[in-house]
Amino acid sequence: MLIGKVVGSVVSTRKDEKLENLKLLVVQVHSHANEPKDAYVVAVDSVQAGLGDMVLYATGSSARQTTLTDAKPCDAVIMAVIDSWDLGGENVYEKWA
Amino acid sequence: MYLARVIGRVVATECYPGLKEVPFQWIQPLDEDGAAMGDPLVACAAIDSGPGDLVHFVDGREGAMACPEPFVPVDAAIIGYVTEAVRLGERIGDD
Amino acid sequence: MFLADVVGTVVSPVQIPVLDGQTLLLLRPLTPDGRPALKTRIGIDKAQAGVGDRVICIDEGNSARQILGDPKAPAKTLVVGVVDYVELEGELAYDARTRPPVGRLAAR
Repeated sequence: MLIGKVVGSVVSTRKDEKLENLKLLVVQVHSHANEPKDAYVVAVDSVQAGLGDMVLYATGSSARQTTLTDAKPCDAVIMAVIDSWDLGGENVYEKWA
Repeated sequence: MYLARVIGRVVATECYPGLKEVPFQWIQPLDEDGAAMGDPLVACAAIDSGPGDLVHFVDGREGAMACPEPFVPVDAAIIGYVTEAVRLGERIGDD
Repeated sequence: MFLADVVGTVVSPVQIPVLDGQTLLLLRPLTPDGRPALKTRIGIDKAQAGVGDRVICIDEGNSARQILGDPKAPAKTLVVGVVDYVELEGELAYDARTRPPVGRLAAR
């Protein structure tokens, strides 16, 4: 899994019918040191994430392993909203700081 | 399956049902010299592991199969704690 | 499947149950002509391979689960054969009988 920040959402009317009722968010990938990368992913939201949240997302066939995305054309899913993380004992990100 | 070092912890209370009990940890994959190989990633810990530990992990959907509830959106999981990795007679990954 | 040199061993006393009793090998994936390729991997030994052997590996979950005989095994990388020789465009690219002794297997 990788970490990213929710920077936007995507709305699409004309799409595969299996994608109906799925919330699509634009996630900007961040490094472990919390530096934004020039890389973006459109991911299905399974945890009520919102704009500005740091989230954890899974890719590939694992992304279809939710009740929401099972057997659907989806290869990235947000599976957690991050509260905090640390590296080598030092706090890098704190949601409520 | 790859060798890696656990380098940090991630706390996420709001997560997909079935993952509440599973710790998330930052891992740095290592090559045969014990040097960093690619960028760190977050994995679910299917065994007891913590920062500083040498471990091995599996990526892809097999990562989910290592979790207590296998139908979860997980694409990397720590599946073993490594006490010794030897490359051509020399230990690697020791601090 | 890909070719690899077995360059070491990995000891893991605490691991998921399906791996208990299995030997883990440190693998250096190679191109057919013997140059290092891809990332260092850890594979489960299913061919009684040893350090210094050139081996055939699979890195795909379904195949791994069939060989391990466990439909729920979270394992992917398996060593499934020891290579005798590799022939490339009519030329012998690798021959196990003339391979260097283990101690002389070059670090990359």
